[in-house]
Amino acid sequence: MMQMHPSSMNMSATDWMDAAHSTGTSIMAAEFDGGVVIGADSRTTTGAYIANRVTDKLTKVTDNIYCCRSGSAADTQAIADIVSYHLNFHSMELGTQPLVETGAAVFREMCYNYRDSLMAGILVAGWDSRKGGQVYSIPIGGMCVRQAVSIGGSGSSYVYGYVDANFKEGMKKEECVDFVTNTLSLAMARDGSSGGVVRLGIITKDGVERRVKLGTELPKFYEG
Amino acid sequence: MYNGVDQFTAKPFWHNGPAPGAIYNFPGTKTHGTNGSQRSQTPITTATSIVAMKFNGGVIIAGDILGSYGSLARFRNCPRVLKVNDNIILGAGGDYGDYQYVKDVIEQKIVDEECLDDGFKIKPKSMYCWLTRVMYNRRSKFDPFWNTFVVGGLQDGVPFLGSVDKLGTAFEDNAICTGYGAYMALPILRSALEANPSPTEEEARALIHKCMEVLFYRDARSFPKYQVAVINKDGTDIQGPLEIQQNWNLAHMIN
Amino acid sequence: MSSIGTGYDLSASQFSPDGRVFQVEYAMKAVENSGTAIGLRGKDGVVFGVEKIVTSKLYEPGANKRIFNIDKHVGMSVAGLIADARQLVDIARRESANYRSQYGVSIPLNYLNDRVSMYMHAHTLYSAVRPFGCSIIMGSFDPQEGPNMFMIDPSGVSYGFHGCATGKAKQSAKTEIEKLKLSTMTCKELVKEAARIIYLVHDELKDKNFEMELSWVCEETKGKHERVPESLYLEAEKSAKQAMEAESDSDTEDM
Repeated sequence: MMQMHPSSMNMSATDWMDAAHSTGTSIMAAEFDGGVVIGADSRTTTGAYIANRVTDKLTKVTDNIYCCRSGSAADTQAIADIVSYHLNFHSMELGTQPLVETGAAVFREMCYNYRDSLMAGILVAGWDSRKGGQVYSIPIGGMCVRQAVSIGGSGSSYVYGYVDANFKEGMKKEECVDFVTNTLSLAMARDGSSGGVVRLGIITKDGVERRVKLGTELPKFYEG
Repeated sequence: MYNGVDQFTAKPFWHNGPAPGAIYNFPGTKTHGTNGSQRSQTPITTATSIVAMKFNGGVIIAGDILGSYGSLARFRNCPRVLKVNDNIILGAGGDYGDYQYVKDVIEQKIVDEECLDDGFKIKPKSMYCWLTRVMYNRRSKFDPFWNTFVVGGLQDGVPFLGSVDKLGTAFEDNAICTGYGAYMALPILRSALEANPSPTEEEARALIHKCMEVLFYRDARSFPKYQVAVINKDGTDIQGPLEIQQNWNLAHMIN
Repeated sequence: MSSIGTGYDLSASQFSPDGRVFQVEYAMKAVENSGTAIGLRGKDGVVFGVEKIVTSKLYEPGANKRIFNIDKHVGMSVAGLIADARQLVDIARRESANYRSQYGVSIPLNYLNDRVSMYMHAHTLYSAVRPFGCSIIMGSFDPQEGPNMFMIDPSGVSYGFHGCATGKAKQSAKTEIEKLKLSTMTCKELVKEAARIIYLVHDELKDKNFEMELSWVCEETKGKHERVPESLYLEAEKSAKQAMEAESDSDTEDM
């Protein structure tokens, strides 16, 4: 998604030389009965060159909050690091885990205040005892809304229809995992800037469970 | 001390004014040097028209709940009509991030006011005036809030309706519509008010519903779900999301 | 007093040889000269009651309130120097506003309590400042976390309480509070108890006139801190006065 340098728009074989690393991406987060599932592809590109084919775009913020990053890799990593420091400090002050809402607010603050210099589209997801599993979407421009399901990154534009047609509120865990895996597989199949493996995170009251679906294990759809 | 100039050298012939060839430095901004800078040049997640009118004894404001991302209907639950207090309602169009920021500021203002516990509540004209100052201030920093706000309320029992845009331009009227609404909904409201200058609340609701329907058919950034804020002598009330009943029978009449 | 003339009581930044900070102890004396303030934490909220002593008939009623709103969901009652207390009110309000703007949710009471305690404690460390001559009680109600209440001393030490009292009649007020089964009582019941206790501990001989202040933050107010409604206030005041009369009647019988 969103290549930063204008010259990365050309199709030359040397576009990687001056293009910025950007997580041209498919990311996703969905609430289910008891938690959230987050997912992402694993491709990082510089121009059309795949700089990393096994990237982890699901970044831990606190024990109960993760974020999915899209946009400039440098920007989103820096934001996640700062927010993570801030929230962990705050949870020490409070003596409890921070609310997911609070995590989203801190991300929002950064993304809004520096919206003219950042290229970041972030999904904040997590679980807390107050509101259970939650997903907050913070696109470029720095707004923030809670959504039951949210997709982001360049690959997402190809799968809005699939998500609208297949998402149901209050799914069971494995049902939701399959839904996320299918959505991301479809996005990765159509988006050149997304690909590789599907990385998943399942956040519930019991903590985080990480899974990987290798490229060869992904569900297949119509390829004609 | 000037660059490379000591105190024994005469001051430049032309000083304290814009340097020839340089960008004029507007007071309170930090755009100096010859490169200049641009900020907030485009809104990102946007909301479309606001439709509002006065009626006999109150004001009604409506706006759909879509947050558009370019032409993508990305966020389908973005409420943007707001109860400020028992006297004031507010509707906003434009950049949703900027709206959320201004909303947070307003809500904290209301908390501060309630804390004072002196029984005073801000009235619509004051809110409207304050918004003009906020919007004009930001446009003067070349960093506007990319919104149009519509303020409605009861000023000592008398209906008030005004709007402020991103430049700080402000006006009051009996019916106000922003965005595409200014082209398509406002004429409907104006002609209705001409025929009946003092509609009842029910008549106003019906008119607003009609406007939202027209806008849904003809504004490509609109959405069939909307919220309505109404203020009358009984207080403020936010309703919705209400759904627009669509009628496409027209399609059969073609060919 | 053992401290006078020793020179160890002139500054908050110096210990006495037996390990005391006299300035802090004097601040506590300032609190003990003030009208009584109590806080009761029931099962569905917190009730505040204050005996505000009125030293002149020439004052307007309702002036110099001793119960404050800190945020929508937090109330504070104070005993001691009212001007000192107002500074703390301002600090607490700023903390709350700041928290909401940074973290997007209302401040948790235990965190606010920590912050205000730290602020008060900081004033017991330096020779250039004087400790606060007041004790404050803060309370809030959250639908999920339930009710919460803290009291902070001039020393900056704070505890969470089910029931607490400060001011000149704190001892007798505490004795009364201890008779209550606080954790099973509703705020409606506690308002009456608070009124009764305030009337009971008021010393008619020393302080002729007083105004009672009553506020609550509970389920019934949807987690908002506000003064109790007029009807409930009058009802509580009436039953408090009746209880006083019943008591004095039984006193005369004993004689």
